[in-house]
Amino acid sequence: ETDIDDRYGDLDSRIDSDIPEIPPSSDRTPEILKKALSGLSSRWKNWWIRGILTLTMISLFFLIIYMGSFMLMLLVLGIQVKCFHEIITIGYRVYHSYDLPWFRTLSWYFLLCVNYFFYGETVADYFATFVQREEQLQFLIRYHRFISFALYLAGFCMFVLSLVKKHCRLQFYMFAWTHVTLLIIVTQSHLVIQSLFEGMIWFLLPISSVICNDITAYLFGFFFGRTPLIKLSPKKTWEGFIGGFFSTVVFGFIAAYVLSKYQYFVCPVEYRSDVNSFVTECEPSELFQLQNYSLPPFLKAVLRQERVSLYPFQIHSIALSTFASLIGPFGGFFASGFKRAFKIKDFANTIPGHGGIMDRFDCQYLMATFVHVYIASFIRGPNPSKVLQQLLVLQPEHQLNIYKTLKIHLIEKGILQPALKV
Amino acid sequence: MESESEAKVDGETASDSESRTESAPLPVSADDTPEVLNRALSNLSSRWKNWWVRGILTMAMIAFFFIIIYLGPMVLMIIVMCVQIKCFHEIITIGYNVYHSYDLPWFRTLSWYFLLCVNYFFYGETVTDYFFTLVQREEPLRILSKYHRFISFTLYLIGFCMFVLSLVKKHYRLQFYMFGWTHVTLLIVVTQSHLVIHNLFEGMIWFIVPISCVICNDIMAYMFGFFFGRTPLIKLSPKKTWEGFIGGFFATVVFGLLLSYVMSGYRCFVCPVEYNNDTNSFTVDCEPSDLFRLQEYNIPGVIQSVIGWKTVRMYPFQIHSIALSTFASLIGPFGGFFASGFKRAFKIKDFANTIPGHGGIMDRFDCQYLMATFVNVYIASFIRGPNPSKLIQQFLTLRPDQQLHIFNTLQSHLIDKGMLTSATEDE
Repeated sequence: ETDIDDRYGDLDSRIDSDIPEIPPSSDRTPEILKKALSGLSSRWKNWWIRGILTLTMISLFFLIIYMGSFMLMLLVLGIQVKCFHEIITIGYRVYHSYDLPWFRTLSWYFLLCVNYFFYGETVADYFATFVQREEQLQFLIRYHRFISFALYLAGFCMFVLSLVKKHCRLQFYMFAWTHVTLLIIVTQSHLVIQSLFEGMIWFLLPISSVICNDITAYLFGFFFGRTPLIKLSPKKTWEGFIGGFFSTVVFGFIAAYVLSKYQYFVCPVEYRSDVNSFVTECEPSELFQLQNYSLPPFLKAVLRQERVSLYPFQIHSIALSTFASLIGPFGGFFASGFKRAFKIKDFANTIPGHGGIMDRFDCQYLMATFVHVYIASFIRGPNPSKVLQQLLVLQPEHQLNIYKTLKIHLIEKGILQPALKV
Repeated sequence: MESESEAKVDGETASDSESRTESAPLPVSADDTPEVLNRALSNLSSRWKNWWVRGILTMAMIAFFFIIIYLGPMVLMIIVMCVQIKCFHEIITIGYNVYHSYDLPWFRTLSWYFLLCVNYFFYGETVTDYFFTLVQREEPLRILSKYHRFISFTLYLIGFCMFVLSLVKKHYRLQFYMFGWTHVTLLIVVTQSHLVIHNLFEGMIWFIVPISCVICNDIMAYMFGFFFGRTPLIKLSPKKTWEGFIGGFFATVVFGLLLSYVMSGYRCFVCPVEYNNDTNSFTVDCEPSDLFRLQEYNIPGVIQSVIGWKTVRMYPFQIHSIALSTFASLIGPFGGFFASGFKRAFKIKDFANTIPGHGGIMDRFDCQYLMATFVNVYIASFIRGPNPSKLIQQFLTLRPDQQLHIFNTLQSHLIDKGMLTSATEDE
């Protein structure tokens, strides 16, 4: 009787060519499309399918933006769950570990725990006023870390108790696979949601820049591509890379200009308890108010204007688009390397012509972290809702002391007028 | 065999083909027992010799522990850092052994680089909190602290891009495995060590009591198992018994109660570690909080009849110590089982052979790592609230309209609670 570990454990030390290819699941192109395009040759047919699906996805994106921030949050959550599912399924196929039934349950359980932890941290910050009202929610928030940790521990202990002698190695692999997937997918999606709460423009612009870079790099590569870029992705070319970079910067610049006008995109998302919904209404911050900039001399000569009116945010958009075009693709190369390593063509076959959801989002995930770090370092100070929430948790005596200190400070600064004695 | 010749054509190294057929356990490095000990114990039988070596090394480690506590928080921090680096090294070396991936030279550099990045990130976050005044004074430190996240992320990105550029066609899978291995190790080892340091800053007692409870549970469970052990506990670790488990639990709770009683009397253990700007060193001097002041507790009727006392004077911290020791005895061992499973899965006897008779550093610390997270979560949830002075600092950096909004909300909250009346507000 062969030890399963020996059979699959040595999988690791084999060189890549020994490992068989994993067949992708069946083609999911809808019948309609197939019939409409049956006339064309295979290459053009593929091009058309990709094109139509691209347009469909973009329209879906616009539709959801129109429907508001709450729908966007749900969309992000849905994508996160699907990406997690895709990567875990690949893990199962690689290790032939369908026979570890406990493991599916445990993976989904860990996904739930980590999401609970992150949503709890976010929700507590942004819904401070809502949470203060409900007693049970207050309890959950106050002991949130403890509850999340207890839930995680329960999963950990179940894992340890489920270790079976024959499958030890496989089980550790799946455990690690699950955790790395969670680390990548769930943290990114929560950073995306945090950026969303800063203002929908911080969500839309980075994602659009990455999509634009994808599309324009593909187009530039298609028409002008000659020099290969990296061995990992033989289809990428230097012409596509550089062409994509410049187009994305221009696109970002223009998109930032268009979006900065609307309060809907620019204001932080807030939850109003009175109307029980999300509102985006505010006095736009300085970033989103037109300012005059003097042009440097060489641009003056070209454009023949002394000054130009820009939103300061457009300058930031250059940083964001630069990252999207120069570093974002490394996320794509990482995913390509991953697919080659495990001999899969696509992560899944959810979107006809494009592969799985993960295939679309592989460049996005570095972007999400970058936007979050950028905002934390250059834009935003501490989060006011978080400060408020922490204040409300303190002991009453401390609250009173702080209140008095703040009052003195605000009066000094002239923000608060000392009340007149009647 | 067909696959072998195919492999040779692709130019795989000898080690690759060897690994396919080999399933023998990985060799551990040579025995490190010092010559002195070997000679002194040469007469005894092998079993007792092992027992003695373990015993002496245990005493040596405990003595070492006491010395370091005596030397102060700074030394403790450095020791934690060294332990972390050694554990990381041990686990990464196992990875190399498992995957025979010494031939990926880039990878060693990258692993150490990632370790450095993650440590830089965490130390930066801690240092900023605790050394706030020092950091504000020095210009370079202030800039580093303001853009800390951005700098850490950039450093990490560089490592990530280097990894992507270093992907070699034949070794994709191996490289991804090592990448995953490194990250999981970092997640486990580095985050735990930083939580330990956070706990340390709360007060040395939050560092010493949990670690001692885990060590005590280890020793007590072993003793009880040695003398009374009959029923096996879990298939994963055949040497563990239920008698050892339960005996260890009770012994650890009692030990925790006694230890907390002794330690709560001393300021140097009980006070939060603070950095004093004037003397440029760490001080532990403060007014002990309520947790560390003796209070009278009424004994429930059940125990009253047994002990014959009506009330008992205890430190409230001792009640918390029961929670800590319970966790150390009941859940801590799962960390040990996890490590045992890991060793079985990869067919290794010990993580390394650093400590004679005990194995590697990781072998000693496998139960600790869940403990560190638990203590941190416990403190965050039940003991410490947010830091008021830090909140005021954060408040002062907000925009005026945000400040006003927060002030008004706080005002209405305090009025609701009856701490303020609208009348006093108009003064």
